[in-house]
Amino acid sequence: MSYFSNIYNGIKTLLTGMSVTGKYFLTSRKGAITQQYPDNRDTLKMFERFRGEVVMPHDENNEHQCTGCQKCELACPNGSIEIIWDRGIDETTGKKKKFIDKHIYHLGLCTMCGLCIEACPTDAIVWAPNFENSTYDRTQLTKVLNRPDSKVKAGIED
Amino acid sequence: METTVVKSNFKSEEYFINMGPQHPATHGVLRLLLTIDGEIIKRVEPDLGYIHRSIEKMCERDSYQQIVHLTDRMDYLSSHINNEAVCLTVENALQLEMPERVKVIRTILSELTRIASHTLWWGVMGMDVGALTTYFYGFRDRELINDIFEETCGARLTMNYNIPGGLMFDIHPNFVKRTKDFITHFKTKLPEYDTLLTGNVIFQKRTKGVGILTKEDAISFGASGPVGRASGYSCDVRKHHPYSAYDRVTFNEALKTEGDTFARYQVRIQEMWESISIIEQLIDNIPEGDVQVATNAVIKLPKGEYYQKVETARGELGVYVISTGTKNPYRVKFRSPGFSNLSLLNHIAVGGKIGDLVASMATLDLVIPDIDR
Repeated sequence: MSYFSNIYNGIKTLLTGMSVTGKYFLTSRKGAITQQYPDNRDTLKMFERFRGEVVMPHDENNEHQCTGCQKCELACPNGSIEIIWDRGIDETTGKKKKFIDKHIYHLGLCTMCGLCIEACPTDAIVWAPNFENSTYDRTQLTKVLNRPDSKVKAGIED
Repeated sequence: METTVVKSNFKSEEYFINMGPQHPATHGVLRLLLTIDGEIIKRVEPDLGYIHRSIEKMCERDSYQQIVHLTDRMDYLSSHINNEAVCLTVENALQLEMPERVKVIRTILSELTRIASHTLWWGVMGMDVGALTTYFYGFRDRELINDIFEETCGARLTMNYNIPGGLMFDIHPNFVKRTKDFITHFKTKLPEYDTLLTGNVIFQKRTKGVGILTKEDAISFGASGPVGRASGYSCDVRKHHPYSAYDRVTFNEALKTEGDTFARYQVRIQEMWESISIIEQLIDNIPEGDVQVATNAVIKLPKGEYYQKVETARGELGVYVISTGTKNPYRVKFRSPGFSNLSLLNHIAVGGKIGDLVASMATLDLVIPDIDR
């Protein structure tokens, strides 16, 4: 007798489980959370705080806000940031001032911890939402963040 | 024509078999050396080291702010709780009192992490015993928590949102609404988990009475978290040594006495309900205030030894720091829950079949980077 009750119980629980899957089979379109990723590139919007890669914003005069204080370089746990700096004469005050030659960012080493952006006193570097970072050659992942011939914005002090 | 006589005396013979390191049922690069007789398991010997990155040694190189992001990579399914453990150790050593806002936000995010970890475990558990549907259902609900984390912290898995001295930045304006939406959504989905898998006869036959761990063994093997609690060992750090905001919420410790695979399953399902209740108690009145306490740019802990334990989704994580007063720790030791829980695998799997081993291993909820570090 238990043989038949086992079969009955088995089928019953199977149908109970299938009632859930059957419900989603019929209404799956409403609750779908998957995204048609490569096709929806035009409309895809990442969250504003999304950590894709570190960038240095420049304004229309090709000026950035990096004073070359190297706090981001010190804060980075992996050595992803290298700053090559030099001293020059500030045009307005005539004093000697530190400025960056190259702000090198190794994206291939970066763990997206955000400590450099937390450490930056002048908000010179920010997160960008770009996440499509695959390249054919890893040397392309080493980026120079400041644009050629860019200058530090006047009045930025750390 | 000669006839060959096949001699067979059916003598049983033990033999070795490798399970892993790339076996789909070992949840990562865990290699198990099985000694089996037929299909009966005689001995299970875990072989570790395939994902060892020497995180403890790297901590000696880094400053206290930099250590936090390494703990993301240990138990990646409860990375926020790992971050919190390190931050609490540093804050206790510096005798910093955190603002109420920080405590509450940390607790809410920790419980969300716990739910995310358990939903993933539930999906993978079903997959291990042969029910692939659960995998998609578990990931569907986990995705919503990942969205909450992505909006507030900027990352989905390795958040690094805690810093010694508070939080990196304030929560996103949408955080409360999104969390409430998730709770309402998840309250309707959690009963479906029971309908789909818990009540299933095949699942119950695979799990009931399999991999039994007694309370005495759980204590002597150092089991913690849901594994210990399923054997009746009350070991919830949140209850016994409250940290952050756990002292102001009421919740029940999920306890079972059977100690088998099914009990461990039920404890985790029960924990998800408790996490929902904790979040509901806190989400409506997050206190106003700062999210950071000013610390020195270079944190130097006073000379001494510091220990802090927290309850991750897998059990008790302990952070032990020896400081000599410099900006780097002299030694950091992590007491990871996965390592202790793995040590009892041989004890509970011997005498069972290979299929039982997979089922018991699924409820130990092993995360291999946490074991190897």
